[in-house]
Amino acid sequence: MSGLGESWIDGNVLAGGLREVFAVDLTVATARCAGCGRTGTMAEARVYPQAPGLVARCVGCDAVLLRMVRAPDRAYLDLHGLAYLEVPLPESAG
Amino acid sequence: MARAAVLGRLTWQVATVESARTETATARTLVLAVPGWPGHLAGQHVDVRLTAADGYSTQRSYSIANAPEPDRVELTVQRVAGGEVSPYLVELAEPGDRMEVRGPVGGYFTWSPDAPDPVLLVAGGSGIVPLMAMIRTRAAIGSRAPFRLVYSSRGPDDVVYQAELDRLAIGGSGVDCTYVYTRSTPPGWPRAPGRLSGAELAAAGWPAERRPQVFVCGPTGFVEAVANHLVDQGHLGHRVKTERFGPTGGGA
Repeated sequence: MSGLGESWIDGNVLAGGLREVFAVDLTVATARCAGCGRTGTMAEARVYPQAPGLVARCVGCDAVLLRMVRAPDRAYLDLHGLAYLEVPLPESAG
Repeated sequence: MARAAVLGRLTWQVATVESARTETATARTLVLAVPGWPGHLAGQHVDVRLTAADGYSTQRSYSIANAPEPDRVELTVQRVAGGEVSPYLVELAEPGDRMEVRGPVGGYFTWSPDAPDPVLLVAGGSGIVPLMAMIRTRAAIGSRAPFRLVYSSRGPDDVVYQAELDRLAIGGSGVDCTYVYTRSTPPGWPRAPGRLSGAELAAAGWPAERRPQVFVCGPTGFVEAVANHLVDQGHLGHRVKTERFGPTGGGA
């Protein structure tokens, strides 16, 4: 049980870094892959933590969904692989 | 419900080591005092940041082991050979030491205590930690949701929380435990060491018709194999939640 095939972990690990930037937990959001159109929960994406930062890839086609790099005084977030996000929110009268 | 909550800005907080418990030869539980800790959902994790005297800092994500309580977080950490953070947490950290934590984070791999559905927990090695938080939360709130745990370890000495799980197994607690050993077994154990099979998983778990909520945590290869067995057995994808922590880290 070793090798690059198992070097990924679940999207759950994105939770802390994304919560530094966003007010909601994006790991429970439904995400659509801009590459193949597959939708799934962000927490189910395959995350490769070996890069400088975190790279999340689509379970269906392996395309990059999201890249996140944290520098001491800022975060870099590449979201071009996401066609949309559906985010659960509390019910609002508005 | 927390998964739909709009949250405040997530910031690092200082945590102080209150006490430490040795769990196995390579795993230790740190009890951290975190003033203002808001509590958490069973299965959530926390990011831990260590900063050296020269300013170098590094962070890791760890599952929370305890049931929610104010101002306190317990982490059970498995030492990863050659790791940067876990050797310090498992071997060196002492009461009074400080580190930074932020959390709780992650609303996906969480058990809702108000759900009455049967629950199947499948642990590979130190993947037991967030599942133990679910078992402890169930006990703390008096939930009657029937739980079954299937726990794969290298050998009997690698089982974390054995004494506590043994206490649970006595007296119809509603938590049934099945142990699988992959490399060495206790004396007289009826099963030869080996990986958890689909048939064993089916026998120790719930039939898919019961629509159990399933949580699987462990090394990536272990979780992949278990998730494939579960799908083959008819469990619905959205009822099976997984947390993979990479190629090693606890030994399934």
